[in-house]
Amino acid sequence: MDAKTTRRGLLKGGIAAGAGLLAGTTAAKAAGDPAITEMQPWNQMLGDGVDANPYGKPSHYEAHVKRRSVEWLTADPVSSVNFTPLHELDGIITPNGLAFERHHGGIADVDPAKHRLMINGLVDKPLVFTMQDIMRFPRENRVYFLECAANSGMEWRGAQLNGCQFTHGMIHNVMYTGVPLRYILEEAGVKTNGKWIMPEGADASGMTRSIPIEKALDDCLVAFKMNGEALRPEQGYPLRLVVPGWEGNMWVKWLRRIEVGDQPWHHREETSKYTDLMENGKARRFTWEMDCKSVITNPSPQAPILHTKGHTVLTGVAWSGRGTIPRVDVTLDGGKNWHQARMDGPSLDKSMHRFYFEFDWDGSPLLLQSRAHDSTGYVQPTKAQLREIRGVNSIYHNNAIQTWYVNEKGIAENVEIS
Amino acid sequence: RVMAAKFSLGREATTDEVAAWDIDVRPDGQGLPPGSGDVMTGEELYVDNCAMCHGDFGEAVGRWPVLAGGQGTLTNDRPVKTIGSYWPYLSTVFDYVHRAMPFGNAQSLSDDDVYAITAYLLYLNDLVDDDFELSNENFTEVRMPNEENFYPDDRAEIELTAFTGDVCMENCKDAVDITGRAAVVDVTPDDAAARKRREEAAAAAEGTA
Repeated sequence: MDAKTTRRGLLKGGIAAGAGLLAGTTAAKAAGDPAITEMQPWNQMLGDGVDANPYGKPSHYEAHVKRRSVEWLTADPVSSVNFTPLHELDGIITPNGLAFERHHGGIADVDPAKHRLMINGLVDKPLVFTMQDIMRFPRENRVYFLECAANSGMEWRGAQLNGCQFTHGMIHNVMYTGVPLRYILEEAGVKTNGKWIMPEGADASGMTRSIPIEKALDDCLVAFKMNGEALRPEQGYPLRLVVPGWEGNMWVKWLRRIEVGDQPWHHREETSKYTDLMENGKARRFTWEMDCKSVITNPSPQAPILHTKGHTVLTGVAWSGRGTIPRVDVTLDGGKNWHQARMDGPSLDKSMHRFYFEFDWDGSPLLLQSRAHDSTGYVQPTKAQLREIRGVNSIYHNNAIQTWYVNEKGIAENVEIS
Repeated sequence: RVMAAKFSLGREATTDEVAAWDIDVRPDGQGLPPGSGDVMTGEELYVDNCAMCHGDFGEAVGRWPVLAGGQGTLTNDRPVKTIGSYWPYLSTVFDYVHRAMPFGNAQSLSDDDVYAITAYLLYLNDLVDDDFELSNENFTEVRMPNEENFYPDDRAEIELTAFTGDVCMENCKDAVDITGRAAVVDVTPDDAAARKRREEAAAAAEGTA
C-alpha cells in the first residue's frame, strides 16, 4: 500500500470516488488522462491469490458476454434453445461456457460411472462399453462447427430479431477429442445389410435420428472432450456424437446406444421436426448438410460502432458443412460493390472461419453484408433466392446473406433490403 | 476403406439389456411390442396424462404442440402441422409417445397404454371411429394421409449448381432500399445493462469527437 495514503484518506477517497471520476474527465484535457495520471487501485493493492479461483471465470467486466434466450420462442425452457454471443467473440473457437444449448428434455445429469454405450441391431455381436472402455480406443482431435438446423429460422419471413446472437447464435465451434465411430462399429461387426445407424440419447427426450452408414464410417466421432476438457453437461457429458457438417440435431448428446438397421427409422426428429416444408405443401426430409453461411459479427446490432469516423475493423465468421471457406466478400453499400475480406486463422474442414475487412468509415450510413464461398464453389445465396425455391415455411436451413444497417451514429439494425 | 483392427474392448450385451433399451419402432412395424388399446381407453389415459398440455382435443394449451387438426393447411400462409395433417407414419407416434412422453415423466406408460393413446390420437384426427382398437396385429394397416408428401433432400439438384458460379463485384445494382426492419417488429429480448453500456460508450465517443 502507498505509504502516503492514510487509512482515513482511503475511506474519504472511497466516498468521493464518484465525483472524482467526473473531475478527472475535465482534468484530463489539461493535465492528461487520469487513467494514467491518477493511481488506479490495481496499481496499488494486491489482487487475489492463486487459490482464489481453482476453476477460473472471465473478468467481471465481461459479465455481459453470456448465452441469452428468447422466452417467446418455445413453450418451456426445458425443451428450448439459447444463443452463443457471437458479437463478443473473436477467432474461431467458442468457449465451452458460451456454447449455445439445445435440449429436448433438459440437461441430463449423467453419472459417468453408470454411463454405458450399447451397440446392437445388425451387428455380429451386440456390445456394451463403459466410459473406461471408450477411453482405450485410439483418439482423434478435430475442430468442427455445430449449427442448429433452426439457426436463423425466425428470419424466414423478414428481419425479426435484432442481434447476430439471436439471428445466428445457434452455433458453436470447438475442438472435440473422441473415438472415430467406425472403430466402435467395427468392434461389433456391422453386417452387410447394415445400411443405417440410429444413435439414441440417455436423457428424458430419448433423442433418436437415422444416419446412413457411409457417414457413420466416414468422419463421425464419439466425443468425450471439448476444447480439452470433459464435455459440459449441457453438451452431452459424458459422451456425444459428432456428425461433422450436418445439422446439430443429429449430434446426439448423452449418447447411450447405437442401433444398426437396414432402413431409416423415421422418428419424430426426422418427420415432425427437421423436415422442411416447401411452398407446394410437400416437404424435404433428410436435409442433413448445413449449407455455406456467414455473418458479420461486428459491427452488428449488439455491437455498434463506438468510435467516430476513421479506421474501422469489420469482422465475422463463415462456415460450410461441405468443406472449407477460401473466400468471403463483404459490401458496405447493400451489394452495389463488393470487396474480398481477409481470411485469418486456421482454415479447417467443416469448421468456422474468421474474416476481417478493415476500412475507413466516412461516417455515412452503411448497409453491410457478407457473402461466403465454400471449397465446392458454392456461393452463399440471398434470402430472396432461397425463398424463391423454398417459400417461407421451411423453418430450417436458412443460410441466407444477412444485412445490417448502420446509421451515422454507428447504431446497427437487422434489416432486409431490395 | 481400411478396416480397423479389433481392439477387444467392451463386452457382449445380454438379451435383457438389449430388450431394456431397444424400444424403437419403425414404419414397417419392426420393434412393435405385443399389445393393444382402444379409443375409449386412450381417451381416459389422454385426459389424465396429456390434456393438460396438449388440450382436451389435441388443440394444445399455450405454446405446447398441437396434435390434431390442420388437415389441408400445408400450403397455407400459416400451416398447422399435426399428427393428422403432417406426420407420415403412425409408428412415429407410438415410438415417440412411448420413449419421451408425458413430458417430465417419460417411459411411464405401458405398451397397452401407448396403443390406446395412439388409437385416441388417430380418433382426434378423424382417422378412425370411436370403436377402433389398435394392436400390433393391425398397426401397419393404418396409413397416414400425408405419407406421400415427403421427398429426399434435393438441394444437390435444385440449389447447389444454381448457387455456384461467378459473382458480381462492382456496380452490381443501381438502388438499394430497406424493405424490412427488426426494430419495427421489436421482439428482441431487452438487455438493460448492455444498452446502458452502449449508450455510455457512444456518449464518451461523442465527447472525444
